[in-house]
Amino acid sequence: MSVLVVLEQRGALKTCGLEAVSAARKAADASGMSLNAIYIGKSLDDEVSLLAGLGIDTVYAYEHDDLRYYSNDRYVPLLCELVKELGAKVIVGSATSLGKELCASAAARLTAELAQDCISLRWDGKLLAEKPLYAGKVISEVSFGVLPGVVTIRPNVVVVEREGEALPQVVKRTLPELPFRSVIQDVVENVSGTIELTEAKIVVSGGRGIGGPENWRVLQELCDTLGAALGASRSAVDAGWIESSHQVGQTGKVVCPDLYIACGISGAVQHLAGMRTSKIVVAINNDSEAPIFNVCDYGIVGDLLEVVPKFAEEVRNAQ
Amino acid sequence: MKIAVLVKRVPDTASVFTIQADGKSVELSGLKFVMSPYDEHAMEEAIQLREQEGGEVVVVCAGSPECRETIRMGLAMGADSGLLVTITDDLTGKGLAAVLAAALQSIAPDIIFAGKQAVDSDGAQVPERVAELMGIPHASCITQFVLESGKAVVNREVEGGHYVISMELPALFTTQKGINTPRYPTLPNIMKAKRKPIEEIAAADLLVDEMLISSGMAIEKLSLPRQDRLCKVLDGEISEQVTCLYRTLREEEKVMQ
Ligand SMILES: Cc1cc2nc3c(=O)[nH]c(=O)nc-3n(C[C@H](O)[C@H](O)[C@H](O)COP(=O)(O)OP(=O)(O)OC[C@H]3O[C@@H](n4cnc5c(N)ncnc54)[C@H](O)[C@@H]3O)c2cc1C
Ligand SMILES: Nc1ncnc2c1ncn2[C@@H]1O[C@H](COP(=O)(O)O)[C@@H](O)[C@H]1O
Repeated sequence: MSVLVVLEQRGALKTCGLEAVSAARKAADASGMSLNAIYIGKSLDDEVSLLAGLGIDTVYAYEHDDLRYYSNDRYVPLLCELVKELGAKVIVGSATSLGKELCASAAARLTAELAQDCISLRWDGKLLAEKPLYAGKVISEVSFGVLPGVVTIRPNVVVVEREGEALPQVVKRTLPELPFRSVIQDVVENVSGTIELTEAKIVVSGGRGIGGPENWRVLQELCDTLGAALGASRSAVDAGWIESSHQVGQTGKVVCPDLYIACGISGAVQHLAGMRTSKIVVAINNDSEAPIFNVCDYGIVGDLLEVVPKFAEEVRNAQ
Repeated sequence: MKIAVLVKRVPDTASVFTIQADGKSVELSGLKFVMSPYDEHAMEEAIQLREQEGGEVVVVCAGSPECRETIRMGLAMGADSGLLVTITDDLTGKGLAAVLAAALQSIAPDIIFAGKQAVDSDGAQVPERVAELMGIPHASCITQFVLESGKAVVNREVEGGHYVISMELPALFTTQKGINTPRYPTLPNIMKAKRKPIEEIAAADLLVDEMLISSGMAIEKLSLPRQDRLCKVLDGEISEQVTCLYRTLREEEKVMQ
């Protein structure tokens, strides 16, 4: 019996995949199951050292140029075949856009239950996972009565833990012939240098309070100083001030950074749905009555156009 | 072109949620229910496609008889007919997908649109499961859809960019914000929707394999998210405040280098 973790890669191994391993390791240890991983991608060779000390017994590596980009037609059968071959009882992936699709499709093929976007995982006689409901307003702990069970882990909530330097055994697999139903015609990457929202350790977000699109540069400057990603409220997106891919919230992205800085955002529940599990929340707002001050750790009452540049300057001076 | 849209009836997330005494369920009575927000994007995309290509749009919803209201909303946005699959048990995403896939077989749609996630379950799985059960290709989280010589070409959002994927029909797609702006039903269209047909079938009559429907997952306990934020509003001159904030974030909270 084993726990099987999907090592997410998008060109390179992603930290969220290592986090999934650490989450899975505890469940594997408590249940006495072995911990294995699956890699589907171009090549793991240069990156095996990233797996040192994570407690993985064996990594099954499906390596091929054609596997560089996620394709449902290829990834889903490879994962499902390996699950069956190993008799894996618990499958752990990452709650990213691709990770969720992969795990949903695989769960269907395996006739298994699935809990997406989990914030904790444990084994106590059975598999237990905590996941948000109602756009994060309620947290539910679910148990799997039937295995295999599939879970995905929200990025940034689990800490990657290493013990020693041991490397996993790598078993290389060849790519079987698989029928194709869909074709990737193009892969468009966002302008390099911008940090992806859902992976960022720090997110600086702006709302209607920034006053107009010309003021993003004020927030962008703080982002550049901090190495942060830029987020936005729906009002800012709906006003046409920024692309919707920056939206944080119920109808946008869910982020879970170490630090979330909300600038000119009132703190509507739908916005909170996207950033509630951030470790530290800072609010900058000129209205001392703004609801965001009831859900932040630190608040500054003031005009963001004054506060944000001063804060960026403070950080730069200290660096 | 036959287009099916999956819509779910969910409580408005602006509601205050309270946990019932059993600790395992949410008090739903008295809450306002709406069409799940991402499903509005799925509806809009379906209607725009029919406006271009002709054909018909069927709104499909599985749930209690109250789901008729949600279907009416879809009809008022412009769909042609509705299908209500009544279910009596509480099903997980696995079971819901099995029931919906069985119901969709009889419609035989060329394209199925669904929301990327329902905001009650935050499940993110029913549509992908439906596609798998029906044996058709799919793409999740799309922000653009076009038909090119009978094939669907979509932009599928991923972290840090998007893929452009093409596939043959029939196929299923989940929509997300950015793909379109859902229309508001006009009053005349709300009136017209009252006369549009809604077919009803009971899930039990669909004869779905019990293995596919049975739930293998149970809620052990519900809780409200942590609400122990400090809520510390700084004071002094702005320059003092930013100095204090920086020092605290760096030295005490250790969330900055
Ligand atoms: C179904 C549904 C889904 C939704 N999904 C989302 C979602 O995903 N994400 C989301 O964010 N919202 C979402 N919303 C919208 C949400 O309800 C709020 O309307 C929105 O979050 C408000 O955005 P805001 O805080 O930027 O704007 P406002 O509420 O207008 O707040 C602006 C704030 O800026 C402050 N301000 C103004 N000027 C300054 C200044 N110079 N300096 C400092 N502060 C200033 C004001 O005091 C105010 O608090 C959704 C709503 C619905 C109904
Ligand atoms: N009971 C249901 N009836 C119709 N469509 C549903 C139902 N449940 C889920 N869906 C569809 O599947 C999407 C994702 O739901 P979920 O997997 O629960 O997050 C929703 O946005 C709907 O489009």
